[in-house]
Amino acid sequence: MLLVPCPNCGPRNSTDLRYGGESHARPDPNTASPAEWRAYLYLRDNPAGWLRENWYCASGCRRWFSVERNTATNEFRDPPLPGDKRGGAA
Amino acid sequence: MTMSRQGVQPTEVIDRAAKLRFRWNGKRFSGFEGDTIASALAAAGEHIFSRSMKYHRPRGILTADYWDPNLMVQVGDDPNVRAGHRLLESGMDVRSQNAWPSLNRDIKAANSLLGRFLTAGFYYKTFMRPQWLWPTYERVLATFAPGGKIDLDTPHAYHDKRYTHPDVVVAGAGPAGISAALAASSAGASVLLVSHEHAVGGHLRYSSDAADQAALTELRAALDASDVEVLTDSTVTGRYEDNWLGIVQRNHPIAVERLIKARAKTLVAAPGLIERPYVFEGNDRPGVITPGAARRLINLWGVKPGERAVVFSANADGDAAVADLERVGTEIAAVIDGRTGGSVSSTAGSSRAVEAVMVNGTNGAERIDADLLVVAAGWTAPTSLLNMAGDRPIYDPTAARFFPSDPPSNVLATGGLAGDADLDGLRQHGAATGRLAAARAAAVRHRLQSRTARALPVDGDEPAWAPDERAPLGRDPHPELYRADTHGMVDMSEDISSKDLVAAAHEGYDSVELAKRYTTATMGPSQGKLETVNTVAAIAEARGETISEVGTTVWRPPYAPLTLGALAGRMFEPVRVSSIQPWHEANNVSVIQAGQWLRPDHYGDPAAEVRNVRDNVGLIDVTPLGKLDLRGPDVPKLLSLLYVNKWMKLGVGRVRYGMMCAEDGVVLDDGVTGRLGEDHYMMSTTSSGAGGVWEWVENWLQTERPDWQVHVTPVTTAYASINVAGPKSRELMSRVCEDADLDAEAFPYMTVRQATVAGVEDCFMWRIGFTGELSFELHVPAGHGLHVWEALMDAGSDLGVGPFGLEGQRIMRLEKGHFIVGQDTDGLTLGPSTGLWSLIKLDKDDFAGKPELAWAADRSLPMVVAIQPDDPDVVPEEAAQIVRGNTNEILGRITSSRYSPTLNRSICLGQVEPDLAAGGTKLTVLLESGERIGATVIDHHAHFDPAGERLRG
Ligand SMILES: [Zn+2]
Repeated sequence: MLLVPCPNCGPRNSTDLRYGGESHARPDPNTASPAEWRAYLYLRDNPAGWLRENWYCASGCRRWFSVERNTATNEFRDPPLPGDKRGGAA
Repeated sequence: MTMSRQGVQPTEVIDRAAKLRFRWNGKRFSGFEGDTIASALAAAGEHIFSRSMKYHRPRGILTADYWDPNLMVQVGDDPNVRAGHRLLESGMDVRSQNAWPSLNRDIKAANSLLGRFLTAGFYYKTFMRPQWLWPTYERVLATFAPGGKIDLDTPHAYHDKRYTHPDVVVAGAGPAGISAALAASSAGASVLLVSHEHAVGGHLRYSSDAADQAALTELRAALDASDVEVLTDSTVTGRYEDNWLGIVQRNHPIAVERLIKARAKTLVAAPGLIERPYVFEGNDRPGVITPGAARRLINLWGVKPGERAVVFSANADGDAAVADLERVGTEIAAVIDGRTGGSVSSTAGSSRAVEAVMVNGTNGAERIDADLLVVAAGWTAPTSLLNMAGDRPIYDPTAARFFPSDPPSNVLATGGLAGDADLDGLRQHGAATGRLAAARAAAVRHRLQSRTARALPVDGDEPAWAPDERAPLGRDPHPELYRADTHGMVDMSEDISSKDLVAAAHEGYDSVELAKRYTTATMGPSQGKLETVNTVAAIAEARGETISEVGTTVWRPPYAPLTLGALAGRMFEPVRVSSIQPWHEANNVSVIQAGQWLRPDHYGDPAAEVRNVRDNVGLIDVTPLGKLDLRGPDVPKLLSLLYVNKWMKLGVGRVRYGMMCAEDGVVLDDGVTGRLGEDHYMMSTTSSGAGGVWEWVENWLQTERPDWQVHVTPVTTAYASINVAGPKSRELMSRVCEDADLDAEAFPYMTVRQATVAGVEDCFMWRIGFTGELSFELHVPAGHGLHVWEALMDAGSDLGVGPFGLEGQRIMRLEKGHFIVGQDTDGLTLGPSTGLWSLIKLDKDDFAGKPELAWAADRSLPMVVAIQPDDPDVVPEEAAQIVRGNTNEILGRITSSRYSPTLNRSICLGQVEPDLAAGGTKLTVLLESGERIGATVIDHHAHFDPAGERLRG
């Protein structure tokens, strides 16, 4: 089981956290085209390599944070940052 | 072959003073303390232990250890016990498995008849068509299926779990593994040493060599004096990310088994080597054994494996077996040396015993009479734990086995897995590996601790990642001996011959992974530990390629088969109950599990509970209802962002219903939120949505609107929640409520008040309900929940107050047509499909899901509608399909369905295609029985009191 580096709680079992996945910046809901909005909803870079992704420390500090992980090796790159919607290939 | 108990051996592990009586297929036997089931039976002269899976050929001892595929037996109600490993206990009722019609009777006709069908891929070829024969096929397959009998009345057994965080886990306790554990422990690491066997020592245990025994004594003494935690009869079954290990401990003093989940900082894989059988005609005839089996039988249990032996030896283990056999008086008829070109090509005899061996030795081809054939053809490196760590071991033809390639640097191999050396060399390599494991574990420990913000202070800088400066082990040359000039069994568990594999390759299944699945080779109880490399060799031969070119299958967890009990074991899932639970339990409650909660479903008669609420007054414990305490000046903005409706002008003391949609417009949750004070709100969520909504709120506040000033506190379990519902609820409340005006004018529908109830201050009282009746929802500080509940029950006895459960509430909410998110909606139900279009305020600047909901305005959507079957006595199943006429074209489905005790008829909610949503539309509902019934969409969601007069009261 993956150890996920929570910036507050330290490395924790991944089952202590909720995977927030790769996320994308939220378009302006009043001007976004259907294609832009659905890209935000559904389209992911899904790289085999470095990815910025979000985690929620559900059983610990309850903070969302964002961290880079290599999807091929499961290596995490320091440091985790506050959660955001600017995920994707890093 | 005749096995028999001999005089005392210096290395034996049996206590001849402790006789154990047991039964084998109903007959009385005895053995000694320290015997395995198999050694006790062998000592008593038994030599047939099972029948093979497909051909029902008699099978005897092969390896006499955990991996022996021929020694699967039933012990009492415990199937698939490994008789080569399980220690004998007094009173055991041991039976053979898969012995049809019996262990000792051949069914030759059946064998040959079946043989026609049982070729490679027989599952796929034989049992596919015609489909109507499937019941017959199933019976046939059940006869073939290996495995014992499951007793459904077996009493529940306790399987434990343990979590541990050692610095170093050493898997395997041979000389290298013990040396690694000792060295790591001396270097300051906490060490867990796991041995598959009942005692540490690996191959030293069954060596009669004096130096080996001296080393074993020394290593055991050192372990006893060390801080190493030793687990015997335990298996590291899997290695997962970041050295998360599954370990099954079978010899726990209290539990049947214990599953240990260990987070090791470094893992040392030292499983040793596993003897590989040799493939030739008659290699599965009882009497053909490995040198390890011979040496274990002789040296551990004092059992002579046979009277007259041929030994085919290609290595030192075979040579050592010769010496051991001679010592106990087995006549050595011939030693055929595989290193100098000698070979064995077949055995002859009855199906039950070897009588002669055809060899090609220094005397040329000859037939040698013997009742025992010991075959030392080489080893399989059980690289499983390395495979699980991502390594792809590489085949070395000069040593005739696989070696580690490039495992991650927190996984280190030692012992036979890493190479060959004499005993001192193995111990030195093990010790060096242990020191390296400890050094790297220290670095991992430092890193883990220093990255924890609130950790204890960590001294100094993170230690450098220790370089691997171990002197590598050598590789002893070994001839590549996989198959003789004849064909034989490759997989004795599954009855797969080398001919089957060649046939599979010729049929096109010539990749190892395909051939394995097609033939089921390596998929039996030995999990490929004995069979994999021979399977690869057979495929390589069929393809005319080398083993390196063909490659091998990837070993996945588990390392050894696991019981379901070990996996299921003890659960650490908390069960939640409200503080009122003792009252429920004292009052005939039927509970229902809802997520982590146990909730009152009913108290005997839900229909009566409904009538009592409609006529008098009832209490329901709704404690699991999600409750979020929201404080701060920006709460209205948060509510406006998360709900589809408007929240900026909610007055203090007012309550509003809200629906939440996700960003894709799908209904996420619903509930009411009340304004308790100037900057203080309480949001309620569905019970099942409580956790998810909290995360949703936190996500928006933390990632999208971090500048907003809102504090979120989950208070679901801080309050016990009671809904008081029914026409007499106001009267009841007035008797327990001291400081609030409950008059309809002063405390109208959809408002909230703070009040003292039954002497308990700081209760919140909401004029809301799910039942459609005049209702007061109380949120009482949790510790006082039982007191308030009992006070209400006492105060209302003359009013007919009674409890009602979730089922009664479900009936009443269905009568009122309230949908339940997740029951009447699904993962595709957009907000407007609930019928609440007017709630969705697209003129708000922003809210979750707004664009999708705006676009949905232009589309016709499936709709949630209230449906009444034409026959009021028919209650359709939930999830029954709504179809077009007599066709199977699906137009919708029933999502909720109950019999209404209020209306004396069946009532439903359902989802239907847009053009069927209008009131009066006739529907056809296809029941599970196949019957089709008529039903009608009604004008509004409420089957009962559509104007809502009762709840406003
Ligand atoms: Zn945390």
